[in-house]
Amino acid sequence: MNSTSTSSSIISLRNVGKTFDSGTVALDGFDLDVREGEFVSLLGPSGCGKSTALRIIAGLSAPSRGAVRWAVGEDTSAGRLGFVFQEPTLMPWATVAANVGLPFKLAHTKESYARECVGRALERVGLSGFAQNYPRELSGGMKMRVSIARALVTEPQVLLMDEPFAALDEITRFKLNNDLLALWQMLKRTVVFVTHSVFESVYLSQRIVVMTPRPGRVFTEIAIGAPYPRDERFRTSAEYGAFCRTVSKALGQATAEAA
Amino acid sequence: MTDRILRVALPVAVLALGVLAWGLVVYLKKIPSFVLPSPGLVFATLVKDWALLGNSLLVTLLTTLEGFVLAAAGGIGLAVLFNQSRLLEYSFYPYAVILQVTPVVAIAPLLLIYLPQPAAVLACAWIVAFFPVLANTTLGLNSVDHNLLALFNLYGASRAQALWRLKLPSALPQILTGLRIAGGLSLIGAVVAEIAAGSAGAGSGLAYRIAESGYRLNIPRMFAALLLLSVAGIAIYFALSYVTYLALRRWHESAIARER
Repeated sequence: MNSTSTSSSIISLRNVGKTFDSGTVALDGFDLDVREGEFVSLLGPSGCGKSTALRIIAGLSAPSRGAVRWAVGEDTSAGRLGFVFQEPTLMPWATVAANVGLPFKLAHTKESYARECVGRALERVGLSGFAQNYPRELSGGMKMRVSIARALVTEPQVLLMDEPFAALDEITRFKLNNDLLALWQMLKRTVVFVTHSVFESVYLSQRIVVMTPRPGRVFTEIAIGAPYPRDERFRTSAEYGAFCRTVSKALGQATAEAA
Repeated sequence: MTDRILRVALPVAVLALGVLAWGLVVYLKKIPSFVLPSPGLVFATLVKDWALLGNSLLVTLLTTLEGFVLAAAGGIGLAVLFNQSRLLEYSFYPYAVILQVTPVVAIAPLLLIYLPQPAAVLACAWIVAFFPVLANTTLGLNSVDHNLLALFNLYGASRAQALWRLKLPSALPQILTGLRIAGGLSLIGAVVAEIAAGSAGAGSGLAYRIAESGYRLNIPRMFAALLLLSVAGIAIYFALSYVTYLALRRWHESAIARER
């Protein structure tokens, strides 16, 4: 099933398992290769361990079994990695600029360089005019943009996103989907995107990893061969519909197999 | 707008009515001033004895302030220590609770035996006031957004950075709540200790004046001193509320006016 070559993979997980203290087995025998520069989604129902897998990749959670290997070495910290949570996860007492500049503050980066990077990151997500605002003054979609700007500010090699748009309304979600794709094509970074939405994963990804619930493992992988840039034409195309049907079917089988 | 006017006007009206009723009862029933002085007499006594009472007020306020500062430092400091070390928290938190639930009136006489009087008064103010700071700060430090904490770990934040840049700011609303309670309580602690000390025949704070005036049946002065204590308590409460407002107005929901 895992025939993908590991030669160009930037992250590889081998036989990774995670058992929580409560006894819940979140992941078991999980294998994943993330290739440099690709947009890959982990798709599965709620509680299938996809968020756990992402946290293990980020080093926020230690695997109970198995190994996580980074092509760039073990150093996963300090700017190599950007992480976007389901909630914007901003510091309410700090301005937008201070929130985005947090990674630099923590790394004691030179102020002038940090300011420059923060300015550029805010420009990329279209929030240049909001640097001095506080998070509470922004809408949900704008807060999420700030969160993305913070994840991108260190120009990380890998961007990990944990259902970042799940809490947003559909119009905002579509808009942010497009913006994310534009950023991905411009910056050419690796993105690992966790979602439970078939439609979102098909629209965004080059490759979808469908997971089984409890314990989470890879059920199958589906390549989405449609070319980029993708836009509203793609979202309404027959090709998109066909991909969604295929992925939905696979997800249904993955869920049924576990039940 | 009318709501804001009512919020000020109504309590003032109630106060005026209360004072008026008090004065009328004293006047109509011809109550002697050593039983219940009229409001006018209390005010006149306050002016007449201002040199004495003002000095006493200063003494009590100074004790209160010292107790408050020590309670703030002790409460926040202990909470931070407990937050850094589970073992310390498990070892000492129960004793902080015991110190809090034991009535300070009962501890004060003991403290007066073992400590010099000013130190004993201060210790009382501290004991009463530090616990709300400790409890609220602990709650605040433990309520930090777990994802933000994960983010700090991701970017390699040190413990000091996590404390200074994340935990303390996010606990600020709770810390300020603790301080607001502690402000009033340190005044109570100081007064309780002064009363206990006063019966031992020393001291010059406002509470001592009250006890002393009681022995001398100088009831108007008792009321005047009591009035000063109340005003001091109200002033402390409003000052700390204003500090809270200043610190939180930009970002915390509690300090933001809601559109309705």
